Amino acid sequence: MREVATQTIVDTVARLCMEANYFLGDDVIKVFQEGLKKEESETGKNILNQLLQNAEIAKTENIPICQDCGFAVVFMELGTDVCVQGNIIDAINEGVRKGYTEGYLRKSIVSDPIKGKNTGDNTPAIVHTTFVPGDRIKITVAPKGGGSENMSEVKMGKPADGIEGVKNFVIDRVLRSSANPCPPIVVGVGIGGTFEYVAFLAKKALLRDIGQRHPDPFYADVERELLERINKLGIGPMGLGGRITALDVFIEVHPRHIASFPAAVNINCHAARHKTAII
Amino acid sequence: MAEPIRLKTPVTDEDIIKLKIGDSVLINGKILTGRDAAHKRLFELAKKGEPLPIDIKGQIIYYVGPAPAKPGYVIGPAGPTTSGRMDPYAPLLMEKGLKGMIGKGIRSKDVRDAMQKFKAVYFSITGGAAALISKQIKSVKIVAYEDLGPEAIRELEVEDFPVIVANDAHGGDLYEEGIKKYRRA
Ligand code: SF4
Repeated sequence: MREVATQTIVDTVARLCMEANYFLGDDVIKVFQEGLKKEESETGKNILNQLLQNAEIAKTENIPICQDCGFAVVFMELGTDVCVQGNIIDAINEGVRKGYTEGYLRKSIVSDPIKGKNTGDNTPAIVHTTFVPGDRIKITVAPKGGGSENMSEVKMGKPADGIEGVKNFVIDRVLRSSANPCPPIVVGVGIGGTFEYVAFLAKKALLRDIGQRHPDPFYADVERELLERINKLGIGPMGLGGRITALDVFIEVHPRHIASFPAAVNINCHAARHKTAII
Repeated sequence: MAEPIRLKTPVTDEDIIKLKIGDSVLINGKILTGRDAAHKRLFELAKKGEPLPIDIKGQIIYYVGPAPAKPGYVIGPAGPTTSGRMDPYAPLLMEKGLKGMIGKGIRSKDVRDAMQKFKAVYFSITGGAAALISKQIKSVKIVAYEDLGPEAIRELEVEDFPVIVANDAHGGDLYEEGIKKYRRA
């Protein structure tokens, strides 16, 4: 059994919260640059240029890319040969508290959905844990903004809807979202599982790097097709018209019940933030 | 790309009428901030015909909730929030003299109609470009509702604040026109 101190988890999570908010991934920067060549709208090009400049300023000055520093969504893969001395969830929340306070990140969490007040430190985090073999802990912090989260949806379809049904659902969801999720967007799609699990799949899909295709060629083709169709919709950067509406589409699938056909779309904005560390 | 139009606040009807959808505009001077809670209060006062704590005639309101400022900074990253949430309040504020709104995302038909009727515009500013936008803000002062904390109304002094006309006072809607223009079957 390998022992890990809770303080290591606190410090790692704090660092990841800051880095995710300050440093936009190279994959996103690259796709902005490619988008500039493809974008036909002058306004759209102007916006993509602003996003590139913005990422540069945030990186050099260590300030957040976006003022909405998100809900701290944490994905943890916990090795079964690791022993954490103390409560690991408390440690993650302590890390979020530290990261959001010391990193000058905006605190956007309300303690109770109806009666609550701002918790003042962006806790609690949403933590998704899976157990894996080995003696490591892999932690990914993916801050999620409200504007794009609000444009997400779960649909309990019929098995007869098939893949075409999912495609139409995705296109329709993007079209109805229009300018609200700060396009260009990243689209996470979950298919299968249960009502709650399909939403998790769509969120997990957003952790992939731009351009990383599904290992199954069938779903990889659907991802390509959806990206092409979305970029024909004309929504464009900030919804003001243009070619670059989405940066990528990622699908995650899971076995389903014979009677159910769940599908979910989780929309992420161009501030597609996630940073990972292995302890 | 056409040269951006420079707009100085406070603005007049003549300034507003000249603006057309798609125009790139650089705002200079003072603008106000306000989001949900502040709008609700302003709206309720205006509805009762009571005076507002700030003069909104000829003014522009920016829908924003900035991140905290680091030491030595005037303001933290300050990108727009979704404007649609302010739709129920916006028409009455335009009736009381508000000339411009800055945010992200589409507006309701009532808001668009009010822009035509009362001669006002809606500007889009790039969501998620918060670090860049904050560089154009030179000073910040709380002018009303201090008790609302981050949602208090602030007066920002801005220099070349980069916005795009999304809805003009002539009924133009860039969200609709833009999608039509770039849509491919
Ligand atoms: S949708 Fe994303 S980019 Fe837009 S304001 Fe929210 S967090 Fe920022």
